[in-house]
Amino acid sequence: MIEAIFFYIFSAVLILSAAMVVSARNPVHAVLFLILAFFNAASLFVMLGAEFIAMTLVIVYVGAVAVLFLFVVMMLDINFAELRRGMMKHLPVGGFVGVVLLIELIWLYVTSQIDPSAASRVASPVPDANVITNTHALGQVLYTQYVYPFQISGLILLVAMIGAITLTLRPLPRARRQNVSKQVSREVKDVLKVIKVETGAGVE
Amino acid sequence: MEIGMNHFLVVSAILFTLGVFGIFLNRRNVIVILMSIELMLLAVQINMVTFSVYLQDLAGQVFAIFILTVAAAEAAIGLAILLAFFRNRGSIAVEDISSLRG
Repeated sequence: MIEAIFFYIFSAVLILSAAMVVSARNPVHAVLFLILAFFNAASLFVMLGAEFIAMTLVIVYVGAVAVLFLFVVMMLDINFAELRRGMMKHLPVGGFVGVVLLIELIWLYVTSQIDPSAASRVASPVPDANVITNTHALGQVLYTQYVYPFQISGLILLVAMIGAITLTLRPLPRARRQNVSKQVSREVKDVLKVIKVETGAGVE
Repeated sequence: MEIGMNHFLVVSAILFTLGVFGIFLNRRNVIVILMSIELMLLAVQINMVTFSVYLQDLAGQVFAIFILTVAAAEAAIGLAILLAFFRNRGSIAVEDISSLRG
């Protein structure tokens, strides 16, 4: 009973904040509602028993992605009211597509059922939760059975990092940089001159 | 009342639909489109973790981690492109992105 109450609270707040994300007037508010949606999704994951995914969701989405969005929204000087022009024009089409998609998805979930033989074809079975925690069990399959996909996802992150840096890096106009070839080709005769100074006379 | 698999699946379906709806609604604003894509990826993640828990198969949770990775990479690249575009044009309206010349 108490589980059902919490489920309905979390999912209601999740859906309401998702609706606010797409309809908020101020994009800063939209990002803050996105953070609220991620927190409630993490609560749903905790209810499901997937604690590791829940905590990663909070760390990665709230700690990194949402802050990145907030940063960009505040950094760019954009007239958001101008961007909202014509929003009502797209409302009927978007609403129609959304309602059709929702009806189809829910119809699919309600009418279909799980193949009874699916339990015998499990790729990596969940160990007993009383013996091994969720995080421990995930680590046991992630670093053995799924080690290649894991490495590839690391590579994807590396590519994303390099891509983001090269896209946004601007050379500073007055920056002083090291010119290695100029330094190496520098010779004594270019920079040092020995002058024989006559006694009693100065140097020009 | 028992909370079953279908409850979570319906929540994720509603969330996914809201993401699609947001893309239609904010056709001009790239930032909100990126946020809608994040919502859709979150819905997919809820779906995967739900099936993983109810079918007793950890593979779903492993792939949820991979979705998380891809979503973070996509957000970083998307926002970097947005920033580079804003520096060139001074605008982020989608219809201004029609010309190929930089």
